[in-house]
Amino acid sequence: MTTNTSEQQAVPFWRDERYLQVIIQVVLVGAVVGFIYYLIHNLVTGLEASGQPLTLSFLKQTAQFDIGEKLIEYSRASTYARAFLVGLLNTIKVSFLGIILATILGIIIGVARLSNNWLINKLASIYVEFLRNIPLLVLLVFLAAGVFFKLPKVQHAVALGKIAFLTNRGVFVAWGEPTASWPFYVWALIIALFVALVVAVILIRQGRETGRMPLYWLWGTVAFLVVAAIGWIVITLATPQPPLRLSLPELAGRNFKGGTSWSPEFMALLLGLVIYTAAYIAEVVRAGIQSVSKGQREAAGALGLSGFQTMRLVVFPQALRVIVPPLTSQYLNLTKNSSLAIAVGYPDLFAVGGTIINQSGRAIEAISLTMMVYLTFSLITSLFMNWYNQRIRLVER
Amino acid sequence: MSRKIFVLLAVLVVATLVLAACGGGKDTPAPQEQPQEQPQEQPQEQPQEEPEAQAGEGTLAVVQNRGKIICGVNANVPGFGFLQEDGSYAGFDVDFCRALSAAVYGDPDKVEYRPLTAKERFTTLQAGEIDVLIRNTTWTLTRDTELGTNFAPTTFYDGQGMVVRKDSGIESLGDFEGGAICVQSGTTTELNLADQMAAAGVNYTPVVFETADDVTNAYLEERCDGWTTDKSGLVARMSLFPNPEEHMIMNVTMSKEPLGPLVRQGDDQWFDIVKWMVFATFQAEEMGITSENVDEVLATSDDPNVLKLLGKEGDMGVKLGLDNAWAYNVIKMVGNYAEIYNRNLGPDTVFNLPRGLNSSYVDGGLLYSPPFR
Ligand SMILES: N[C@@H](CCC(=O)N[C@@H](CS)C(=O)NCC(=O)O)C(=O)O
Repeated sequence: MTTNTSEQQAVPFWRDERYLQVIIQVVLVGAVVGFIYYLIHNLVTGLEASGQPLTLSFLKQTAQFDIGEKLIEYSRASTYARAFLVGLLNTIKVSFLGIILATILGIIIGVARLSNNWLINKLASIYVEFLRNIPLLVLLVFLAAGVFFKLPKVQHAVALGKIAFLTNRGVFVAWGEPTASWPFYVWALIIALFVALVVAVILIRQGRETGRMPLYWLWGTVAFLVVAAIGWIVITLATPQPPLRLSLPELAGRNFKGGTSWSPEFMALLLGLVIYTAAYIAEVVRAGIQSVSKGQREAAGALGLSGFQTMRLVVFPQALRVIVPPLTSQYLNLTKNSSLAIAVGYPDLFAVGGTIINQSGRAIEAISLTMMVYLTFSLITSLFMNWYNQRIRLVER
Repeated sequence: MSRKIFVLLAVLVVATLVLAACGGGKDTPAPQEQPQEQPQEQPQEQPQEEPEAQAGEGTLAVVQNRGKIICGVNANVPGFGFLQEDGSYAGFDVDFCRALSAAVYGDPDKVEYRPLTAKERFTTLQAGEIDVLIRNTTWTLTRDTELGTNFAPTTFYDGQGMVVRKDSGIESLGDFEGGAICVQSGTTTELNLADQMAAAGVNYTPVVFETADDVTNAYLEERCDGWTTDKSGLVARMSLFPNPEEHMIMNVTMSKEPLGPLVRQGDDQWFDIVKWMVFATFQAEEMGITSENVDEVLATSDDPNVLKLLGKEGDMGVKLGLDNAWAYNVIKMVGNYAEIYNRNLGPDTVFNLPRGLNSSYVDGGLLYSPPFR
């Protein structure tokens, strides 16, 4: 049923497509908002009727349970809020490390998939195909129960000299233990970072002017290390104490003491997330590189650039524009997938949140908090990646 | 085309109005399904007082209409609640589900079992997905109040214990210094462990899993020096170990763990039924009535107390909203407490758990039923 143009004035507004479009939108929004309002209202009245009104005051109560892995001070006498924070930091720890490692591994495998070397190429393909076709949960359970718990017992630890020990209670490695002069050294590190940034900025400016971009990140790193080393020497001489003391792991009683350690649960989760996500990142990277037309590479070759230079200066900058958006969703996936920690016994946000629910009975509040935290993580990651994407996008000239 | 749009529009407008109406009725909750026909004429609880509980009907009415009881149980603790190879459930807790079914329907098999982890169980009960939870659950003040549950009489008095490898040299909690202990999340166990270790001043690492299988697996892989849960659970799950003789239950009791059935708060009639179903098994043992002799006792006894229990005199059942033969059915179809205990945990089973506190008070135990009158 089409409207004749000559009759247009005669059409009442409720049959005019232009109005209808707007009305439908408004009604739809109204329906959605109304429905959500109804659900929430229903929830609140239901809870009130059962004598359990929504409240966050339970967060101040004593948690009463212990948590095996924590980045901050925590004991059974801490509050639920603190327990939540412990879980949150554990999630951040595994996600942050996971994203970095998965990116590195993913890029390597993605590039390997395009290699002309038949063996490397095939191995990379098999890796990707294999990992993309098993559920992450299965992988995690396998890594925990089948790999990390099967490592030698503490008494028969695999030792790498005195520096590292591999056991089914975790990996124990030598580590720097902060001394009284450590706080001073933190300042030295901040200064070093500042100097490194200044060096990098100057080099980038120079590069823009001369048209020959120096390896600014390399020189920046060198500057950082030099300043950090000077700071170390100065502080060690001034307060006769180095900022960090070497602490070696040693078997004491039922476990190793000293150094630092990573629990098998943490390593199973981290490794699982990394090798799983890397398979997807590899595909993203491969697609990105393939999106750069062959002519570009040939042109770079004609200009006399080496293979590595071609990658770094010609292919990668252009590929990044294709890579970044899907890469962002892989980062988000990794963070959200880290909630599978519960299957391997790593106390992440979701696992601790679940325990809080169970011990306090505050299901809705604790779950809402947990969801809000994951949402915030995702938003922050997205914002950062969008900003990065803006920065590297093709500037039309 | 515009026709379609109109239909769509109309639907949306109506939907919005309906929803807005629901949302707006702040103080007058929309009339819930009225209990149209009560299968029995007992004084039901006033529906208005519990608008959210099962559409205003008491649990008994819901259960009777449905024709089966949904019972939350354990699937992984042999002797208490265990999913067997043929897909059926068996155990001490499971028998109390059956006893409840016998009391309500005169048939012990009208039960749908819902296997639950420690963590899931309370939310599932609160949400009304199950009618009763009988899953080695400890009665605590917090659970009785904040978790919105009501505990029926304790069916098994237990205490938390600890299992270690015999060659570990661990004899007291103090010996765990620096070690790791495997424990299941969402239990009283993890709380007691934290309390006891804090009191003893021992540094240890808790390794926490959500299922009993993960906990015992990690312990058997020597990820942990010890594994802790209710002693009943230790005994039961050790029966699944490949080499049980390499392990031992330490001589410590870390807590009191009274285990029993529980229901949602706010339905006193249903609560009463579950409570008295348990008492009936105690009372029958005390009177020496078993599934085997119950018919004979009913025919020959002239003890008014016995006749009241078995429903030949008085109307104990009607007072609960049940048939007067309810307790007779429980005893006849499932048995008295001693029969339930011995069938699942007694000398003829691999567990061979001594009755201890779980004996009738006449034998020096804690099982004591208030009078049936
Ligand atoms: N009685 C304690 C602990 C009950 C409990 O969950 N015990 C464990 C250890 S035996 C269990 O039954 N696990 C079986 C499972 O989750 O599959 C409580 O109520 O919190």
